[in-house]
Amino acid sequence: MITLNINKKNYNVDVDPETPLLWVLRDTIGLVGTKYGCGMAQCGACVVHLNGEAVRSCVTKVSRAAGQKVVTIEGLSEKNDQPLQKAWIELDVPQCGYCQAGQIMSAAVLLRENKNPTEKDIDAAMNGNLCRCGTYLRIRKAIQLAAEIQRKG
Amino acid sequence: MISFSALAKFDLDDKVNKLDLPDQWYELTGYIKITPDNMIKILNPNPEFGQNVMTSLPMIAAEELDADWQKIVVEMGPHDNVKLGPQFVGGSNSVRMYWKPLREAGAAARNMLMQAAAETWKVPVEELATNVGTIVHSKSMKVGTFGEFASKAALIPIPKGVKLKEVKSFNIIRSSKKNVEGLKIISGKPLFGLDYKQDGMLIAMIEHPPAFGMKLKSFDASEALKMPGIKDVFRQKLYGDDYEQAAFDTRTFNELLVIVGNSTWQVMNARKKLKTTWEPISDTKETISRFGGRKDVVTVPAGLESSDSHHQKMQERAKQPAMVLRKDGDPEATFKNAAQVIERTYNAPFLAHNCLEPMNFFADVTDEKALVAGPLQAPGWAEPTLAKLLNLDANKIEIQMTRMGGGFGRRGCAHYMFEAALISQKIKAPVKLVYTREDDMTYGIYRPMYTATYRAALDANKNLIAFHVKGGGIPEHAIHANRFPAGAVDNYLAEGWEIPSNITIGAFRAPRSNFNAAAEQSFLDEVAEAMGKDPIDFRLELLKRAKENPVGKNNEYDADRYAGVLKLVKEKSGWNKPENKKYSRGVAAYFCHNSYAAHVVDMIKRDGQPYVERVTSAIDCGIVINPDAAINMVQGAVIDGIGNALYGGLTHKDGVAEQNNFHRYRMIRMHEAPKKIDVHFVQNDIDPTGLGEPPFPPVFGAVANALYKNTGNRFYEQPYILQLNKPAGPKKYS
Repeated sequence: MITLNINKKNYNVDVDPETPLLWVLRDTIGLVGTKYGCGMAQCGACVVHLNGEAVRSCVTKVSRAAGQKVVTIEGLSEKNDQPLQKAWIELDVPQCGYCQAGQIMSAAVLLRENKNPTEKDIDAAMNGNLCRCGTYLRIRKAIQLAAEIQRKG
Repeated sequence: MISFSALAKFDLDDKVNKLDLPDQWYELTGYIKITPDNMIKILNPNPEFGQNVMTSLPMIAAEELDADWQKIVVEMGPHDNVKLGPQFVGGSNSVRMYWKPLREAGAAARNMLMQAAAETWKVPVEELATNVGTIVHSKSMKVGTFGEFASKAALIPIPKGVKLKEVKSFNIIRSSKKNVEGLKIISGKPLFGLDYKQDGMLIAMIEHPPAFGMKLKSFDASEALKMPGIKDVFRQKLYGDDYEQAAFDTRTFNELLVIVGNSTWQVMNARKKLKTTWEPISDTKETISRFGGRKDVVTVPAGLESSDSHHQKMQERAKQPAMVLRKDGDPEATFKNAAQVIERTYNAPFLAHNCLEPMNFFADVTDEKALVAGPLQAPGWAEPTLAKLLNLDANKIEIQMTRMGGGFGRRGCAHYMFEAALISQKIKAPVKLVYTREDDMTYGIYRPMYTATYRAALDANKNLIAFHVKGGGIPEHAIHANRFPAGAVDNYLAEGWEIPSNITIGAFRAPRSNFNAAAEQSFLDEVAEAMGKDPIDFRLELLKRAKENPVGKNNEYDADRYAGVLKLVKEKSGWNKPENKKYSRGVAAYFCHNSYAAHVVDMIKRDGQPYVERVTSAIDCGIVINPDAAINMVQGAVIDGIGNALYGGLTHKDGVAEQNNFHRYRMIRMHEAPKKIDVHFVQNDIDPTGLGEPPFPPVFGAVANALYKNTGNRFYEQPYILQLNKPAGPKKYS
């Protein structure tokens, strides 16, 4: 039995400790906002926060998350009003939407570390997240808008 | 600063979704339902894969209904071709196909509500008007909500031929509305096929042959079956040997090894323990009945194919005679007597769609009925095949359409739905079939491999006097014989040839056009240069000719609309402005799927490498329903085009796809996307003509033409990154 703290809630899961956190979230716990895209840390659709750091849950063994704090897109805010979520809605970023949770989770760590990222900072931080529909321009803009919302409080 | 009304809308969605008592909803036409307390639900008939039809299609009905958009809740409709129309995503048809039916549905429902109000208030219906969700009788100052009359209106027969609004009085169409599923997307709600769940559901995966041209010989599952959570391993055949395929029934690997277990990871893990042996296929005959009733018997050849031998075969085949697709004037004699002939050959590889959500489907099949749910572009095409494969009546099959994590044509082929259903039928349990990324990328259904040789004949005064294109492909060529510059040149010849293959292909965003616009638009750029003409002016001259004195009758494009996007992109990009001289500029335009698109790509050198910094786009797709979302789609198409032009490509060695995941298949990433993409629409009142595909193809040509300016080399081979790393000899004209 492994105890996980996900979005401030404890779960006891009976799974193989080698299981990637992604599949525990999706199959065992039923939090499907975190997406499967490649299974080898190439696309970023599965990004979650482990103790505040962005990790690729498709290559993170669940044993590594035992007793640690995991935050998924479902737990990023209670009312979908985290600055990034607000900015994403304001700029109507998504097309198909499949990659967007991973994009937001990656961007959240960037904005915590860098309150006022330049385009170059954003490109560097976000180039691990693929968007097949090509919403990159709006993602860039939304991150800058979120930074602005964050600064203004 | 932030308007955040969308949050309130989300609460409304939740509230309405809890209202699942059927007698609360009064149905006014198949698309519109209203409750007595004035909640309005519009069913989106067409599958959503990122083109935003969940928002744009309901906007069309809401416009004619004269509803308050803020009070509308959108729901994905069931699969019901009788009530909800054709329900397929392809050919940039969603808005085009539903434009009239949804306007008529909205207008009919509005009329029914007014009739009900007239009866209730005992006033002539002619004295009534609607005003954003209310019915108004100005004489008596009576005002009522739509909801008040919903129950009575639902009893009125649906009227036909109700007068539609004038375009100039639209107030929902042409105003930007946010994606109705935006909040669900950014909060991680279950929406996609992979998110679909049912109690007792098992997970299935397939093991397909490692190479095209191979099939399953035998397997040993004894070790895999010992792994935790594994239920079963078995062979699953898709079609019978003499099965007559419908147009989109692909037969890539007709027999699969299936492994079923409790959870995704358990199945993924146990798969590694399967021992399989594969053997070569023989030549196989397939009967395919095409749209329109034509039946083709095709022979799928045996053999393990490689990209190197593909190239060689194509070069040899290109020298042989081909099928004449169109001929105007006397091209042979004109070429023979020409003062100058320019000949160039363009090549492009197979492309994988790489939808970010891999193929998957849920199925629960019993002896009596079947429920299938997942990402699918054309449920109506898939249903008859599914009925045959399951030996069930089509009316015993329920298809639920989930949101799709991308489609790009890939999900027009429903093999993964058929596979899921047959697996469920066999194991007698609800099951979700999940493809890994590797399964997805190596399964086939690619954009074909293409080549085309273009020739232009110039006279001594450098006038274009003949044009010739001979195109080929594995297994299909890309030539659209009746498109520009057909109609603009007196002597014209288009030919095509094909080489059969066991590598399967399917529709890929703007099929065929996505290659033609690369090759033809690069070639026209080179011809313009040889003639000493500006590339935009040269195209405009040809279009003027096509408009004023067209050659031949069967020219597919409208020369005015085509010229319109070129003129607009010329103006908006500041084509001749000195301040833009710092850019390596490439232009291209194309017509496909009933709409027109032109781009100017502005390239710079960044860290020594060509980088597309800015793009200006001009589009004529008629009336734009949802402008901000349309801009998003065009920007996406531009980025998709840059990415595929520079990096896209799938190669084979001995039948094995050499790219199986994103570490080998290069996709465009954020730092490679332009800083700016300015999108401009031609303003007109033409009924919508489609937007998902048309902006995509000309990006390839514009990138190639900008690369020439940036590097001094013409680019003939896709993906262009190959040539960037190993430049070919330049061919320049002064």
